Amino acid sequence: MASSYSAKEEDGHRAGAPGPGGNANRGKKPDNTAFKQQRLPAWQPILTAGTVLPAFFIIGLIFIPIGIGLFVTSNNIKEFEIDYTGTDLSSPCFNCSQSYNWNSSMPCRCTLPFSLEQPFESNVFMYYGLSNFYQNHRRYVKSRDDSQLNGDLSSLKDPSKECEPYRTNENKPIAPCGAIANSMFNDTLELFYLDPNGTRTQIPLMKKGIAWWTDKHVKFRNPGGSNANLTAVFQVTTKPVNWRKPVYELDSDPENNGFINEDFIVWMRTAALPTFRKLYRIIQKKNNMTPTLPRGNYTLEVTYNYPVRSFEGRKRVILSTISWMGGKNPFLGIAYITVGSVCFFLGVVLLFIHHKYGNRNNSSDIPN
Amino acid sequence: MERFHLIRHRWQQVSSTESRQDWTSPDSLLPSKSDLDPQDHPGNKLPGKRRAVIARHGPHHAEYLNICKGYQGNGIRTTKYTLLSFIPMNLFQQFHRAANLYFLFLVLLNWVPVVEAFQKEITMIPLAVVLTVIAFKDAMEDYRRYRYDQRINNTLTHVYSGKQRRYVERRWAEVCVGDVVRLCCNEIIPADLVLLHSSDPNGVCHIETANLDGETNLKQRQVVRNLPQQGSEFTPENFSSRIECENPNDDLRRFRGYMEHPNKVRVGLHSENLLLRSCTVRNTETVIGIVVYAGHETKAMQNNSGPRYKRSKLERRLNVDVLWSVVILLLMCLTAAVGHGLWLSSLKDPVYMIPDDTHPALAGFYMFWTMIIVLQVLIPVSLYVSIEIVKLGQIYFIQNDLDLYNAKLDSGVQCRALNITEDLGQIQYLFSDKTGTLTENRMLFRRCTVAGTEYPHYENARAMEQFEEQCSGQLENTLTMRSRSSRKSLSCNRSSVSLNTLAADSDIHSPHDTLRRHAPGAFSSTMECAVVPDVQLQGKLKALSSHVCPPLRHNAAELSHILDFFLALTVCNTVVVSSPSQPRHMVQMPMARTPLRSLEEIKAVLQKLSLPRFSLSPSQNTDSPPSLTRRLFSRGRAAMYTPNTPQHTSPYVTPSHTPAHTPSPSSTPTLLHGGACGMDEERPQPQPCLELDNEDGGDEDGGEGEDEDEEEELLYEAESPDEAALVQAARAYGCTLLGRSPEQLLVALPGTGPLSVPLLHMLPFHSARKRMSVVVRHPLTGQVVVYTKGADNVIMELAGTSAADGCSRETMEKTQQHLDNYAREGLRTLCVAKRVLDEAEYEAWLKRHAFAETSIENREQLLLESAQRLEMNLTLLGATGIVDRLQEEVPETIEALQRAGIKVWVLTGDKQETAVNIACACKLLQPTDQLLTANCDSKEACEARLHELQRNISTAPERSLPDRDVVTSEDEAAVSGFTLVIDGRTLDFALQEDLQKVFLDLTSGCRSVICCRSTPLQKSQVVRLVGDSLRVMTLAIGDGANDVSMIQVADIGVGISGQEGMQAVMSSDFAISRFKHLRKLMLVHGHWCYTRLANMILYFFYKNVMYVNLLFWFQFFCGFSGSTMTNSWVLIFFNLLFTSVPPLLYGVLDKDVSANTLLSFPQLYKAGQNSQAYLPSTFWLTMVDAFYQSLVCFFIPYFTYAGSDIGLFSFGSPINGSALLIILLHQVVESRTLTWLHAVVLLGSAAFYYTFVLVFSVTCVTCNSPTNPYGVETKAMSEPIYYCVCGLTTVLALLPRILFRALCNSICPSDLVKAQKLDKSVLEQYWATIHQWKEKRPVRQKLNSKHNPQTLSVNADIPDSVDCTLEAGAVPS
Repeated sequence: MASSYSAKEEDGHRAGAPGPGGNANRGKKPDNTAFKQQRLPAWQPILTAGTVLPAFFIIGLIFIPIGIGLFVTSNNIKEFEIDYTGTDLSSPCFNCSQSYNWNSSMPCRCTLPFSLEQPFESNVFMYYGLSNFYQNHRRYVKSRDDSQLNGDLSSLKDPSKECEPYRTNENKPIAPCGAIANSMFNDTLELFYLDPNGTRTQIPLMKKGIAWWTDKHVKFRNPGGSNANLTAVFQVTTKPVNWRKPVYELDSDPENNGFINEDFIVWMRTAALPTFRKLYRIIQKKNNMTPTLPRGNYTLEVTYNYPVRSFEGRKRVILSTISWMGGKNPFLGIAYITVGSVCFFLGVVLLFIHHKYGNRNNSSDIPN
Repeated sequence: MERFHLIRHRWQQVSSTESRQDWTSPDSLLPSKSDLDPQDHPGNKLPGKRRAVIARHGPHHAEYLNICKGYQGNGIRTTKYTLLSFIPMNLFQQFHRAANLYFLFLVLLNWVPVVEAFQKEITMIPLAVVLTVIAFKDAMEDYRRYRYDQRINNTLTHVYSGKQRRYVERRWAEVCVGDVVRLCCNEIIPADLVLLHSSDPNGVCHIETANLDGETNLKQRQVVRNLPQQGSEFTPENFSSRIECENPNDDLRRFRGYMEHPNKVRVGLHSENLLLRSCTVRNTETVIGIVVYAGHETKAMQNNSGPRYKRSKLERRLNVDVLWSVVILLLMCLTAAVGHGLWLSSLKDPVYMIPDDTHPALAGFYMFWTMIIVLQVLIPVSLYVSIEIVKLGQIYFIQNDLDLYNAKLDSGVQCRALNITEDLGQIQYLFSDKTGTLTENRMLFRRCTVAGTEYPHYENARAMEQFEEQCSGQLENTLTMRSRSSRKSLSCNRSSVSLNTLAADSDIHSPHDTLRRHAPGAFSSTMECAVVPDVQLQGKLKALSSHVCPPLRHNAAELSHILDFFLALTVCNTVVVSSPSQPRHMVQMPMARTPLRSLEEIKAVLQKLSLPRFSLSPSQNTDSPPSLTRRLFSRGRAAMYTPNTPQHTSPYVTPSHTPAHTPSPSSTPTLLHGGACGMDEERPQPQPCLELDNEDGGDEDGGEGEDEDEEEELLYEAESPDEAALVQAARAYGCTLLGRSPEQLLVALPGTGPLSVPLLHMLPFHSARKRMSVVVRHPLTGQVVVYTKGADNVIMELAGTSAADGCSRETMEKTQQHLDNYAREGLRTLCVAKRVLDEAEYEAWLKRHAFAETSIENREQLLLESAQRLEMNLTLLGATGIVDRLQEEVPETIEALQRAGIKVWVLTGDKQETAVNIACACKLLQPTDQLLTANCDSKEACEARLHELQRNISTAPERSLPDRDVVTSEDEAAVSGFTLVIDGRTLDFALQEDLQKVFLDLTSGCRSVICCRSTPLQKSQVVRLVGDSLRVMTLAIGDGANDVSMIQVADIGVGISGQEGMQAVMSSDFAISRFKHLRKLMLVHGHWCYTRLANMILYFFYKNVMYVNLLFWFQFFCGFSGSTMTNSWVLIFFNLLFTSVPPLLYGVLDKDVSANTLLSFPQLYKAGQNSQAYLPSTFWLTMVDAFYQSLVCFFIPYFTYAGSDIGLFSFGSPINGSALLIILLHQVVESRTLTWLHAVVLLGSAAFYYTFVLVFSVTCVTCNSPTNPYGVETKAMSEPIYYCVCGLTTVLALLPRILFRALCNSICPSDLVKAQKLDKSVLEQYWATIHQWKEKRPVRQKLNSKHNPQTLSVNADIPDSVDCTLEAGAVPS
C-alpha cells in the first residue's frame, strides 16, 4: 500500500477543496518523444566478418608503415654501453667495487678504455645506468619532501614526516631530506678521446639542460630565492647521511647549485623500472663538419663512489644519440609491424569467412 | 461466479483462519475473489486489549483526560530522519550495507602505518562519494516526505471546540482521539472516525476510498444505530456514550467494537460505522464523527508499510561473481605478499631500502593488506550503486512507454518494485488468473433460464456483436471524451455538473458515446445497458403486467417465478444507484421525489400480482383460472391482503409506504402512465392475442416511454461487475432498481411505478457461503422473502434439499442442464433462489441474528451460522449466464508468450468447462493439443490418474518426438502438446508432499496447465511449488484479492489495475492495466532490462579487473612493494569519475534488438530465460579478456620503455591513457546501439580524463606528495612515442574481442544477432522478410488461426469441432 498510497493522497490533497475536476485533464500519458520512447536515432554496429574486415585491412595498412618507420628510426640511433660495475676480477674497477665507504675521503678511481666503431654524428647523450635498483619501491618513492625542494623555508627547517628516517641528523634537519636524496648517485664520469696520434683530449660534457625545464625552473627552488647565499641559508641544516658534501657545494655554478643542481633533479625523478638509466651529461655537436664523437678509442675515467654490490646491481655508462622517439628500442617498431601484419592476415581470413558465411540470408532462419 | 462479490463485503466476515479452513474442506471448492486475507492480524488474538474512547468535550471530560493520554495524536511523521539525526542515522543505515563496510574497512586499513598504501584522505574518497550520493538521495526522499507530512498535518478541518461551543478550524495535527469532527462533502477524512451523524435523513454517508485503495466507487457508511441523539442536530456536549473498540490494527476491512450509551445499552460497531482516514466524503452534506484512531494508529497509516524488496536472479548470480572477485583479489594479494617476502629476504641492506628490521615474512604479511588497499577496486563495490541508478533509469523508460499506456484508465505501467526489472526478461512460468486478467471482467448478461425454461437472448447477442464492431472503430475517438466527463462527474458541485453535461452533449451524436460515457470507474457500463430482451421472456413478463393477456399459454407459477426471478435480480445486490445529472449523489429515496403515482395504480398492480403471491402456496400453484375469473379473484384477494399481514407493526416500514398497502375503496384500477393499459381495463377482451401484441407495444412505448427519461438517468455502481450486469438485465425487462437506502429499496416493476421494498436484512456475500441474500418484504405480497443469489453448485445443493415435489425436481434438472450448457459456452453462471418465511420463522431468526450482530467475540462465526440458518429450503427460481469478454489481444499475447518459451498456467476459480473454453478462446489450447484431465475424489485415485497421464505423455512422444528432433528450429508452440486440466480437489491431492514430484513431472511434459476451481491458497501453493522445486523464474498475474497470495509468492507479481479494485496492484511488483501489456513488458522491456543490466555488470567486472591488473603487473617490477605508477588521484578517480558514466548509460539505453523485432520474434526471449547474456562462462571469458587486455596495456609500454630513463609517473601516463581508451572503446564494441548520448558521454569521459590530468600536471607544483604529477603528463604527451604506445596498445588489446565477436556473428550467429541484422536491414526488406518468415510457418498454425478469428466474444467463436471442447465433455470424474 505504501508508495502509491501517499502518491494518491498527495493528489487528493492538492485537489481537495476545489474538487478534483480541476486537474482532471492532467493525464499520465507519457510524452511521445524519441528519447522517452527509446527511439533515438542510433548507430548499430554489428561486428561481423564483413563489417570488421575493412578495419583490419586499414589497421594493417597503417601499422606496417608506422612500424617500419619506428624500426628504421630505432636502428639509426647509435648507442654504446659500458658496464663498469667491476664485479669481474679483470675489470679495472674491481678494486674500487670491493671496498666501499660512503664517506671515504680517498676517492677510488678507475679507467675504462673503449672504442667506438662508428662515429656519433648528432648530439650525444651520456647516461649512467643502474640495474636492480628499485627506485620505484613504495616507501622509497615516498621518502621526499617536495615543499622543501621547492624552497619552502619552514619545510627546510622541519621536513616532512615522510622523510623518516632521513629527516634529521644530530638534531638538525637534513636538506634535502629523505631516502631518495640520501641515495643519490655520486660517481663522477669523465670521457677522454684518444687521438690516433696519442693525445688524450677530454670531451666537454654539458651538465646543464639534462633536467626537465619544469623541474629546474618551477618545481625545484633554492630556499631564500635565487640570489641568496646558499651557505647561509642551509646553515641550519645538515647534509644527508651518505653525502660527502652538503647540498650547497654540489656545483660551483650558482645556477646549478643547491636544490636546482640538475644531477640532483634528475636523480630525484624516480625511475619506473628497476633497470634504468639517467641522463648524466650531454655532449654537444660542435659543428656540422666533424662528428660529435668520431670513431676511435676513448677512455672513461670513473670516480667510483656508488656501491651497488649489496643489491647485486650493475652500473653502466651509455652513450647514445637520440631521435624523435627517444632512445634506441626496436621493440615498438617490431610490435607495430607484427600487429599490422597480423591484422592484415586476419583481414584476409575474414574476407574468406565473409565470402563463405556472410552472404546467406540471416533473417529467415531465426529458429522458432 | 468467483467474482460474485467484492472484497468490501468482508467487512463483517469470519477471520481469515476460518475461511482458510473452508477452502480446504472439500465441499467448498468454489473460491472467491475476496477470500484471501493476506495476513493474520495480531488484533485477532488479543481480544483482551481494547481501547476506550470518550468524547473530549462531552460530559466525562475528566475521564477523557485519563483514558486518552496514551493515544497518539493525529500528527504524522513519515520521515526517517530529523534534521539533527540525519547524519548519524543515515550513516548508521548506510553502514548496514556490506559494500559500505568494505569501503570503511579499507579506509581504516589505510590508517595503519605499516600497510598504508595511499594518502589517508584519498582512500576515503570512494567511501565519501558513495555515502554522499546515497545520503543525498535519502535526504531528498525524506525531505519530500517531510514536506508532504507538513502539508497533511497543516490541512484544516472542523473540530468541535468545548470552549467556543462550536466547530472551529483546526490543523489535522491537532486533532486527537475523542474529538468530534465535522466534515463536509468532498472533504478528506483526517482520522478514523466513528460516524455519529450524517445530514442524510437515512443516516448514511458515502465515502470514496480512492486514496486508500484506488477504488472510485462509493461505499456506504452508516451512522451508529440507535444513537440517542439521532435527529436533525447533533450536540457533542451531550454525547456521553463510551466507545470500546479494538486496538489499532491494519485490517482495513474490519472494525469491531461497541458503543455503550449512558443507559448501558450496547450497540455493536463495525466497519460500516467507521470512516477511514484519507478517504473522501461524497454525496453527503455534512457528517459528524468521533475520532477513535488518530495519526499513525489509523488504519490507513498502519497499512502504509515500506516498499517491497526482492532480489533478482541476476543479482544473486552477481553476488556469486563478486565472491569470485574476492577470491581473485585474495589470490593476487597473496602472490604479492609472498613475492615481497621472497624479494626482501634476498636483499642485503641495499642503498634504496629504508632501514627497517622487519622480518621478511612479517613484511610480506603487511604487504598483503597493503595490496588489498591498492587493488581494492577489483571488488566492484560501486557496482551496487550503479545498478540502483541503472534500474531507476530502466524504470523511467518502462513507465514512459506509450504502448503500455491505457488511455481509457489514464494509467500506464506502474513499477512498484524497483529492483527486479531484469527478472522480467527471465520468466519461464507464467501463472495467470482468468477473470479480469484474461477477460475484461466486464460482465454482459447473455442468457438466463427461469423455472426450467431457457431464454437464449439471440437478439442480445446480435446487438452486442454489432456494438462491438461499431465501437471498435470509434474507440480512439471516444476514449478521451469519456475519461474527461467521468472525471468531472466526481465533483459534487453544480458547476461541474453542467460541465459534465456539456461534455456529454458534445459527443451526443455518437450513440455509443452517450451510452458509454459513464463507463469508467463505475460498473454501469454501456454494455450492460445494452441488454436486448428476449422476446419470449418479455412476452411472458408483459402478460403478467397486462390485464388482458390470456394466461393460457403461461402457467401462473411460471409467471410468478419469472417475476420473482427479476425481482431477485433487482434487489439481491449491493448496487448503488446514482444519476448522471448528480453523479455521485445517490438517488434519494421516495417521499418527495418520486411519489407513487396513484393509489389506484398500486392497487391494480397488487391485484395483478396477487396471483403470483398465492401461487407460492402449493395448493394453488397448479391452478390456472381463466383470466377474467383470475382477475376478479385476485382483486378480492388484494383487498383482503392488508389485514392479513402484520406489516404495520413492523418497525422497518416507514410511513411513506403505507399508502401502498392500505386498502383503497376504489375498485377500478387505472394505470395512469400506461394509457393503453388503462383503456384495456375498460374494454372487454374479445381478441386476446391481438391485444397481447398491442400490449407489448403499448407498454413499451407508453408505459416505459415515460419512465425512459428517468431511467436513462440512472447509473448503477456495483461492487462487482456481475451485479451491475444483472441489475441492468432486470431493468431491460422493466424491473428497475430506482434507489436504495439501508432500509428500503425503490423498485419499479413492469407496469408499476416506483415501489418501495422494505429491506429487512442484507447478508453480504461471503466466500465460504458463496452466495449473498437479502431479506425483503415482498412489495406486492407483503411476505418476508429471502432472495439468494450464488454459485450454482451451492444454490443447487440448498435448493435440492427442499425440492420435494416432482415439478421443482424437474425444474432443477432442466436448470442444471442449462447451467452445464452455459458453462460449456464459457459463461459465468449464477443461480437465483428464494425462500418465503412466515412471520414466526422470521422473528425467531431475527432474534438470534441480532444477538450475532451485537456480539464482539466470535461475531463473524455467529453471523455466518445465522446466515446459513436463513439460507435453507430454497426454491430455485432460475439461473443466469453472464459472458465475460476476453480482453483485446489476449490470444496474441498468450501465443507470443508461449512462443517465447514461457509456460502459461491458468489458475482460476471457474468451472472446468468455462476454464477450458476460455483457454481455447485465448489460444492457450491449440486445436491439436491433447487434453489431459484429472478430476479425482481421493488421493489414491489422484495418484493413479497422474501416473496414467504420465504414461500417456511418455508413450505419445513416439509420434511427436522425431518430428521435434528433425526440425529443431520448429516452433515448439506449433508442435501439438499436452494440456493438463486439473480441478481444485485433485490439485489439493497433487500438492501433497508425496505426489508433488509426480505432479511436477507430469506438468513438465505439458505445454500448459489449467487449474480450475482453485482457491487463492492453492494458487499460491502451485506457484511456490513450481518456483521452488523446478528452480524456475515465475511470474504471477492477477487482478483481484484472490490473486494476492499468488502475486506475492511469485518472483514477479503483476497486478492488473482494473475492475477488481487495487488489492492485487497493491501487492504487486508491476501494475499494468491490460493483459496485452504483458507482452511488451516482458518480451521487450524484460529482454532489454535483462540484457542491459547483464552486459553492464559484465562490463563493470571487466573494467575493474582490467584496470586493477595494471597495478598488479607493476608489482612484479617494484619488488611487490605496493607501489603504483599512477598519481593516486587519477587512480581513485579512474573508476569513480572517468569511466563511471558510460556504463550507466549503457545499462539504461543500450538496445540490442528493436522493440518491433522482439515482438515479432518472441523466441528471442529465450535468450533471457537461459540467462545467455550472463552465464558463468561469459563471466570467466570476460575475466580472461580483462586479464589479456591488462597484460597488453601494461607490457607494451613496459617493453617500449624498458631500460630507458622513464620516470615512474611518466611510465604510468601512457598506461593510463591507453587503459582509458581501451575501456571506453571496449564499450563501443560491446554496445549494440550508439546514439548521440553515447557519443557525448564517451567523448566527455575521455575529455574529462585528459583535462583533469593536464590541469593537474600543470598546476600541482608541490601538492599531492609523493605522487606529484607536476609536468609529467604535459611532458609525456608532448612526445610522439606516447601516441605510438597508446595506439598500439589499444588496437592490440581490443583485437581479440573484435575478432571473436566478428567470427561468432558470422559463423554461428545467435538468434539475437540475426535479429540485429534484421533490424539493420532497410525497412522494406524488413517487412518482406517478416512476411516471408510467416509464410514459412507450419500450416497447422494457420489453420488454427482460422479456427479462432480474433473476435472478442468468447462464446461465439468456439467452433464445436475444436477438439478440446469435445475432450472436455468426456471428462472422467
